Amino acid sequence: MASTTINPTRMELTRLKTRRTTAIRGHKLLKDKRDELMRQFLDIVRLNKELRQKVEKKLMEAHSAFTVASAVMSPEMLEQALCYPKQSVSLDMKFKNIMSVNVPEYTFHTENDDPSEIFPYGFAQTSGELDDAVEALSEVFQDMLELAQVEKTMQLLAQEIEKTRRRVNALEYIMIPEYEKNIKYISMKLDENERSNTARLMKVKDMMLEEQVQKAEEKKRLRAQERHAAQQ
Amino acid sequence: MYKIAVMGDRDSVLGFRALGLDVFPCEEAAEARRQLHQLARNDYAVIYITEQLSSQISAEIQRYKDEVTPAIILIPGKTGSLGLGESALQSAVERAVGADIL
Repeated sequence: MASTTINPTRMELTRLKTRRTTAIRGHKLLKDKRDELMRQFLDIVRLNKELRQKVEKKLMEAHSAFTVASAVMSPEMLEQALCYPKQSVSLDMKFKNIMSVNVPEYTFHTENDDPSEIFPYGFAQTSGELDDAVEALSEVFQDMLELAQVEKTMQLLAQEIEKTRRRVNALEYIMIPEYEKNIKYISMKLDENERSNTARLMKVKDMMLEEQVQKAEEKKRLRAQERHAAQQ
Repeated sequence: MYKIAVMGDRDSVLGFRALGLDVFPCEEAAEARRQLHQLARNDYAVIYITEQLSSQISAEIQRYKDEVTPAIILIPGKTGSLGLGESALQSAVERAVGADIL
């Protein structure tokens, strides 16, 4: 913020003018950034909404299959069946840059590539419903991971948009008007000084002229007196 | 290398163990809070948490919202969706746009 008292000098005026130019350029750039972020954000929100509905629907199916399985099997058996997973998943994270916001990109690796290897138990002592549940879960997992990526991206973008929007508004409604006001104040003040200076000079000139006229008249009078004395 | 965790009540999350994800059954808020912080410190990039559990520790989840890791994602538990995931989406939109435009 500019201070409340400003010196009405030419140097200050030049300084303020450069700052105003910078502020206007920054405002334009930030506005462009905000608009582009918003465009990307809305795409991602739409994608997120779709994905979430899909994942929730599929997960509910998996859950209901799982509930049936746990009704058919004893809790101990269920626990035992799932106790030692054959699969293990590790996650790779890369970063993508969207308008200088780093958003994560996930890729996952499974240790076992064979899709039939998802069942960590023998089929003899478990019910078929458990197979369905596990299969449903493994199907939804890819979408869940994408959902995680999209949702995190959305959160990070939302944060960045909020920040950029505040900056744009601060520049547009506070900083730039303040500079304009101060620049106007200084230029008015300088003009005023200029005018008062001119007025003073004119006044001085008038005074000097008057003095000269008076002197000339005095001389004339003296000479007339001298002439008069000589004639007598 | 990062890992993926699933938190929630036992019956909702047990199935994820078969996929090779790390499962952390939690029932109580205090326990879940502690677990969440520990996971966040330990290389877990994605944490799935059931909506039922998340409603009890929303302040903690809010804290990680602006961090790059971990991504905390709400999933419906076995009793069904509470609509919290949708409302999180809406609040993000509101935060960015300043109004709910969806």
